[in-house]
Amino acid sequence: MQPVGAVAPLRVDIAEKTFKSAQGISVTALKNLCFEVRQGEFACLLGPSGCGKTTTLRILLGLDRQFSGSFQLPEGGSKNRIAAVFQEPTLLPWRTVEENVRLALPKELRTKNLDGLFDTLGLAGMRSLYPAELSLGLARRAALARAFATEPAVLFLDEPFVSLDGRTADQLRHLLLAVWSARPTTALMVTHNLTEALTLSDRIIVLAPRPAHVLGIFDVALPRQHRSPEATSDLLRSFHRQFPGVT
Amino acid sequence: MTATDPGDRKPGDAADISSRGGPRATLTPALTVTASLLGLCLLWSLAANAWPSRAFPGPGQAWQVLLREAASGDLFYHLGATLGRVAAAYVVAMIVGSVIGILLGSYRGADRFFNPWVILFLNIPALVIIVLAYIWFGLNEVAAIGAVAVNKIPNVVVTMREGARALDPSYAEMAAVYRFGPLDRVRHILLPQLQPYLAAASRSGIALIWKIVLVVELLGRSNGVGFQIYLYFQLFDVAAILAYTLAFVAVMLVIELLLVQPVERHATRWRRRPA
Repeated sequence: MQPVGAVAPLRVDIAEKTFKSAQGISVTALKNLCFEVRQGEFACLLGPSGCGKTTTLRILLGLDRQFSGSFQLPEGGSKNRIAAVFQEPTLLPWRTVEENVRLALPKELRTKNLDGLFDTLGLAGMRSLYPAELSLGLARRAALARAFATEPAVLFLDEPFVSLDGRTADQLRHLLLAVWSARPTTALMVTHNLTEALTLSDRIIVLAPRPAHVLGIFDVALPRQHRSPEATSDLLRSFHRQFPGVT
Repeated sequence: MTATDPGDRKPGDAADISSRGGPRATLTPALTVTASLLGLCLLWSLAANAWPSRAFPGPGQAWQVLLREAASGDLFYHLGATLGRVAAAYVVAMIVGSVIGILLGSYRGADRFFNPWVILFLNIPALVIIVLAYIWFGLNEVAAIGAVAVNKIPNVVVTMREGARALDPSYAEMAAVYRFGPLDRVRHILLPQLQPYLAAASRSGIALIWKIVLVVELLGRSNGVGFQIYLYFQLFDVAAILAYTLAFVAVMLVIELLLVQPVERHATRWRRRPA
């Protein structure tokens, strides 16, 4: 797969991130967290709930600057822009689906043709609806549309398929792969769902529980189109051989 | 594909039904309002007949004065002057009050420091501010409008401060990630979230402002409804006082129906049920 315009990888080297709780006790969330995502690669950050995955993502998104260490975002795309799909769709309820997508675009892309993207995501008939008129699954598709429309240099996804029923989540994973394959972008997705990670990613960065650090890397060598249910359960077995105790 | 789940459907359907029952649904409230106002007029005229006095004229007399003043053009001149002051004071109070309120709601330190000031200004009587404004800045239009605005600003600050405290940080974070410009942030993130608070401040604001404008006009202006009421008070012409009062109340009602409500409907069009 050809990386589009991206030259540098995503490089993360966070020495430490601590939180002060309300009682003034400091909690170390991340410690010596170092990993890299190659250009055009889809990587998953896998770890148990509450291990600091979302914290890592917030740091990379520039929403949390209270940490020691450094990171480097890939360049390329349109003006080195980043895009994110949050745990909640975070659509503006007072703007239509199409306005929500276009508002996230830089000025020079505001009027670009989005027909293809909306078609791929099955949102063609919903462009003029308000988010309250969408089901959660559709709202998440709109959030995906917003992220991909910006043609980012790197895409961050924070458990975008939680609180969906199994079928809808599967459908969305396929849609995600469809839009991602159309324009492979360096992507980092946070998840605690191993099967999801094995279905979607090129490599899985396995995190240890708090304070989070990298336990190891699992490369999913099998091309995505060959990941049948049987192949996935083979992958699952070899993953468990390499990381016993990680679910 | 996945449509809205059945539980979510109900409010939308209910809205459909009520809009389908269109003419009757919109006519009934209008009829109720008319009947209610006619009833009040009837009560007024009965009371005026039962207690005939120059101090308590009936609706017919007030109407006669209204027609006379309208024919001479005085009515529209003074209504216009008052309306202009109300509009100017409203705009100044809403803008200054919103900016201060949003800042206090966003920065806790500033709020702690300035909160006593807000409480102080909330409790200074309108009359004191008006008198001081006229003494310090002279009997002019700027002092008049400024005094009215200063009376209203603390209320706007308090309401907008609550609004700013209720802002959802996840929208601001989304805007930061997608690099929204400052103008887009105000227009698409900030104002829509503050809309209910702006509406509340506006509603209570217009009513309060026009009452204070009358006092300002009475004390130091030579036109406007307040000036006319003071004039007819000295002439003991109660019918004229009532005529001017009713005329201005009617103007405010028209503004509410033709300006405030449509704007509000437009601003809340994305909600499934009208707020």
